[in-house]
Parts: sequence; structure tokens; C-alpha cells
Amino acid sequence: MTDVSSKAAKQGAFVRGELLPMAPPPHFSVGVFGWMRRHLFSSPLNVLLTLLGAYVIWIVFKGLIEWGFVDAVWRGADRNACLTSVAGHPVGACWAFVHAKLGQFTYGLYPASEIWRVNLCYVIGFVGLVGLMVPSIPFKAANLVFMFCLYPLLALILLSGGHFFAMSPGAWVKLGLSMVLLLAVLLFWAERTKSVALGSIVRLWGLFAVALAILLSVLQTDWGLMPVRTDLWGGLTVTLVIAATGIVLSLPVGIVLALGRRSRMPIVRTLSVLFIEFWRGVPLITVLFMASVMLPLFLPEGVDFDKLLRCLVCIALFWGAYMAEVVRGGLQALNRGQYEGGHALGFGYWQLMRLIILPQALKVVIPGITNTIVALFKDTSLVTIVGLFDLLGIIQASFSDPKWITPASWATAYGFAAMIYWLFCFAMSRYSVFMERRLNVHNK
Amino acid sequence: MLSKAKVVSSLNATPSPDDGPDADMSKTVIIEMVKVNKWFGNFHALRDIDLTVYEGERIVICGPSGSGKSTALRCINRLEEHQTGQVVVDGIELTNDLKKIDEIRREVGMVFQQFNLFPHLTVLENCTLAPVWVRKMPRKQAEDVAMGHLERVKIPEQAHKYPGQISGGQQQRVAIARALCMNPRVMLFDEPTSALDPEMIKEVLDVMVDLAERGMTMICVSHEMAFARQVADRVIFMDEGQIVEQNEPKTFFESPQSDRAKEFLSKILSH
Repeated sequence: MTDVSSKAAKQGAFVRGELLPMAPPPHFSVGVFGWMRRHLFSSPLNVLLTLLGAYVIWIVFKGLIEWGFVDAVWRGADRNACLTSVAGHPVGACWAFVHAKLGQFTYGLYPASEIWRVNLCYVIGFVGLVGLMVPSIPFKAANLVFMFCLYPLLALILLSGGHFFAMSPGAWVKLGLSMVLLLAVLLFWAERTKSVALGSIVRLWGLFAVALAILLSVLQTDWGLMPVRTDLWGGLTVTLVIAATGIVLSLPVGIVLALGRRSRMPIVRTLSVLFIEFWRGVPLITVLFMASVMLPLFLPEGVDFDKLLRCLVCIALFWGAYMAEVVRGGLQALNRGQYEGGHALGFGYWQLMRLIILPQALKVVIPGITNTIVALFKDTSLVTIVGLFDLLGIIQASFSDPKWITPASWATAYGFAAMIYWLFCFAMSRYSVFMERRLNVHNK
Repeated sequence: MLSKAKVVSSLNATPSPDDGPDADMSKTVIIEMVKVNKWFGNFHALRDIDLTVYEGERIVICGPSGSGKSTALRCINRLEEHQTGQVVVDGIELTNDLKKIDEIRREVGMVFQQFNLFPHLTVLENCTLAPVWVRKMPRKQAEDVAMGHLERVKIPEQAHKYPGQISGGQQQRVAIARALCMNPRVMLFDEPTSALDPEMIKEVLDVMVDLAERGMTMICVSHEMAFARQVADRVIFMDEGQIVEQNEPKTFFESPQSDRAKEFLSKILSH
């Protein structure tokens, strides 16, 4: 071999006799110490900056820890526990207040005897959600149907106690007739023009009519539960009801609007653009105000929708418009070849979207969707403005309880609210990162 | 001296039965394009294209870039819409009727320059998606069919990988298998080897040769002249949106008639 390489060297060529095996990396570049060496202490300036940074963190967190833990009051029956004069030291957080009000923060003014219904909703919802979110748990399809079709109905019945509203037989007949009539007109039109788009609209309409009929009949059935009006609902329960409804509805609304905006049919496209631009152009507070204060003025006498329901519809439509633009970004990010590949195989529009385009487009915009969902979650607090008592609303209301008026209650309760909102938003954010990684296997 | 607009064609649109080596070929017309014109804005991309394709025929379309060869191919399964003239595939005329378009697309397989595989699905899922959802084939049967075609293109072992995990040549072979899974009557190839590294071109061409030998009706837009010589019944030369010359490959390559074809061949064959 030496003979060969020396000969090669003389002639200016080189042939490797045997390949080098893999060697381990040097020990100072791996592990915790390797990481710290590279990122924190790689030069005198970096050492200085690291120490300075640690000092700043210490100053900030020292205050927070002192307020939240060291100087905090954990137990007490009333405001006296959280007074400096009673505690004998400067009082930081008054957790006793939060502890005493925890039930109210969670359930609002929901009757104490019926709270098991809310808890049942929480438990079923939590179990179902875990079943959906953990990839290794089976029965995904059945669970999906349960969580998106049955659970909302179940939760509605449990929370409201049925008797949501009563409809006379005459009203039933009128509603049924008008829906069938509209269906007939659509069918006739679709048959005449042989339009595929109209055909799918007819199918969607039929589905909607069936769903509405089920919903209405379920809501009028007497389930033997005590009716609880929505103005008694409150606290975290209302926050979660609004957030969950908003998230679950805004995504499909957004997808439909995004597809509509990219449609080749001018009417569909124009309507989608107008809808999106309208809802995106007005502040959510204005929308909620209009829905709760102005809308009743325009409705005929005797017709009244529940205030919470009105807020839910507004939030779903408002965030649907935002979601539409996020989804549109994903649709535009896809290569035209994906559409052509699908078309060439004979896929129709809806199949193409459902099987090929949307799975890819939605995956691309997971960060944007998460962003919108997190914003939606936090903005549920705006319903305070129209007199609903969500988590933030009920916390603000609790400040007026004379039994618990202390200098510390106010900051503690807001700190508590911030923690709850942060926990939910952070959890959603982490889950989205997890999903993104999981769905990205094919790019590795 | 021939004028540019005059179409040179020693092989008439309807060849007589004793014409050439394929005299015993079945004479069912599968694709017919009559006076097809297409504009992109003001640009006249296809000009009076007349083309008749018989079942079992292998056609290679070549020509300089921008000559309309891809556009002509894409008009056959309506990925491009022609404005005047007629395109009839398998007895069905292409109009705005979406149902008829989908019917034709089911019978016409297409392979693209950029593969256009679905990156979020495995190789096997890519191959079964259309049979299951478009042809309503039971999944198990679709998978068996797909594995058969993957074996035919010699990559059954990659069935559970994602397109991003295999090489370009393998991806293109999957794309061919995916189109074959629909059991099409015609296969369209739109520059199937242009996006491939040189060492991968052969594996794709081998699959296409195999397909041709089994009697598949094929229309290929391609610059692989060796492939054209080996399998094509007819070579069509296009320039400026029109068919300038069509002939059997041997005659076309050895004694092209039009100046445009001579110039084109001298450019691509000289290196």
C-alpha cells in the first residue's frame, strides 16, 4: 500500500487504500458542559454577558418569588387574613382570596346543587380531548364523531338543562315547509343547469336541514333537568364554552371562506371577499356590542336569541374571517403541480381539496392557526363588555365583595387570571409544536 | 424550400393499413384533435393542431422550448383549456362539462416533469388514493394492484416510504405506477426525464420502454432521442404552436424534411 501511495504521490494522483472508520466527537463538544461552553462561556465577553443576564433574571424573579410565595398569605376566612396589621409582615399575594372564590371563578353563579352537571361536562370533555390528542389512543374516528357531534349537544343539554326554547307546532310546520321549499328550488335549479357546484350546495343544505331538525327537537325535549339560564353561567366555564365553540366553528368557517375566496366562480368569490373583509375590518368589541345591544332593536317583537348564543355566533364568524386568511396562505403556498396531479387522476373538486390540498395546506399553516386560536382564547375576555361573566368578568365582579376587600386581592386575582390564560395558551402552543413535528415525518 | 407554416407529413392523419411496420395494429382511434387553437392572453400557443392517435400507438413529441408541445399534451386531459377546435378522447368530446372531463381523466394517465407526487402520503397511499376514491375500489384490492405496479417499476420495497425520502428517479417511477393504478387507456408523459439527474434517466426510460412493449398507448413529450428511435411509431416535431413535421422515427432523424426540424436536430444531436 505504501508502495502504491508513494508511487501515486510521485505521479500527482491519489488513491485511498482503505476508508477511515467513524470516530466519536471530542468530549468537550458534547453534553451539558459542551453546550454551556459553546453558548454561554465561549469568550470573556460572553462570560460577562452571561453573568450580567443571570443577575437581571435574579432581580426580576426575586421580587416575584417574594410576592407570590414568601410574603403571600395562603389561608384565611376573610379579608383580615390579608391585612399587613394582622399578618405581621408586608403582605404579597392574597391566595386566600383566590382560594375562597375558586368555586365562583370556575362556575360563576351556577346553582350549587347543579354543579355536578358542569363537572360532568368537564370530565367527559377532558377524556374525549385526551383521546383525540394523543396519537396512540385508538378509536379516533368514533371519538371524532362523538366530540364534534354528540358532545356539543350533550354539553348544551347538561349546561342549560334542556328547555332551551319552546316552539309551537305551527312554527315547526312553517320552518319545515320553508326548508323543504328551498331545497326543492335548489334541486330543480341544479337539475336544469347540471351544475356540479349547485349539486354540492344541495347536499350541504340537506345535511344542514337534518342537523337543524335534530338540534331543535333535542333542545325541546324535557330531560328532567333544572333549567339554568345562561346569565347564571360564568367564570372559567363560560370562557371555555366560548373558546371551544369559537375554535371548533371558526376553523371550518375559515376553510370554506378561504376556498370560496380562491374559487373560480365570481359570485362565490365576491361573497367570500366581502364577508372576510367586513368581519376583519371591524373590532370585535363593536361586533359584540351590535349583537347584544343593537340586534334586538332590529328583530321583530317576541323573537329573542340568547345573549351568549349571539356572542358565540359573532365570535365564530369574526375569527372565521381571520382563519380564512391564514388558510388561504396555506393554499397559496402549495405547488400548482399538486392540483394538476390530482386533476390528472380524475379527482373532483371536493375530493381533491379534502384528500390532497387541505391536508397539506393546513399543515403548512399550523403556526398561523395556533396564533389565531391563542388570540381567540384571550379575546374571549371581551365578552365582559356586554355583561357576560367569563373568567375575567367574574374576577372583576368579585372585587366588590366587602368581605374580601384588601389591597392585595386585586393584584392576586389578576395574577391568577393571567396564570390560567397563560396555561391554556401555552398548552395549545406546545401541542401545536408537537403536531407540527409529528406531521413533518415525510420531510425528514 | 418549404414555408414554415406548411406542414410536412409523409404519414397522413389516417395511414393506410399497409403503411409501415405497424400495419397489423388495431385501428381504433383513441384521441382525435381537430383544428385545436389555444391562446395565452394574446399569445397564440397552439395553432390548428390536427392529431389522430390510434390505440396502441407510441408517439413522441419534440421541438424547441415554447413550441407548445406540453400545452398540446395538456389539452388532451384538459389541464389546459383549448379555445377553438375539437378534442375527442375515447369517443368523448372535451367541453366544459366537468363530469365528462373527470371521465376522460380517469382513462388518461399523466406523468409530469416534476413528478407531482403527494408528499403527505406514502408511496403506496399515492398509488391507492385515486383507485379507492375515484374508482371506488376496495382498499385491499387497490393495494394489491398498486403493489403489482410498484413491482413492475421495480420499487416494491419503497412502498411505505414518503416521496421525500426516495430519489428523483424512484419518485418518477412511483408517478408512473400511480398513473397505471387507474388502469388508463392512454398514458401522457410530459418531459418525464427532464428534471432527473443523468444517472437516473435510464431507470425511468427502462420502465417506459417496458410499458411500450406491453402495448400501452403512449404520447411522450421528450428530448430523449434514443428512446424515440427505440419505441416510437411516430415522431411529431412542433414549432411555434404548430405541428411542422411528423414521420416514423428513422426517417425523421435521418432525413428531416423541414428546415426547422433540421436545425433543431442539429442542435440536440451534435453534443
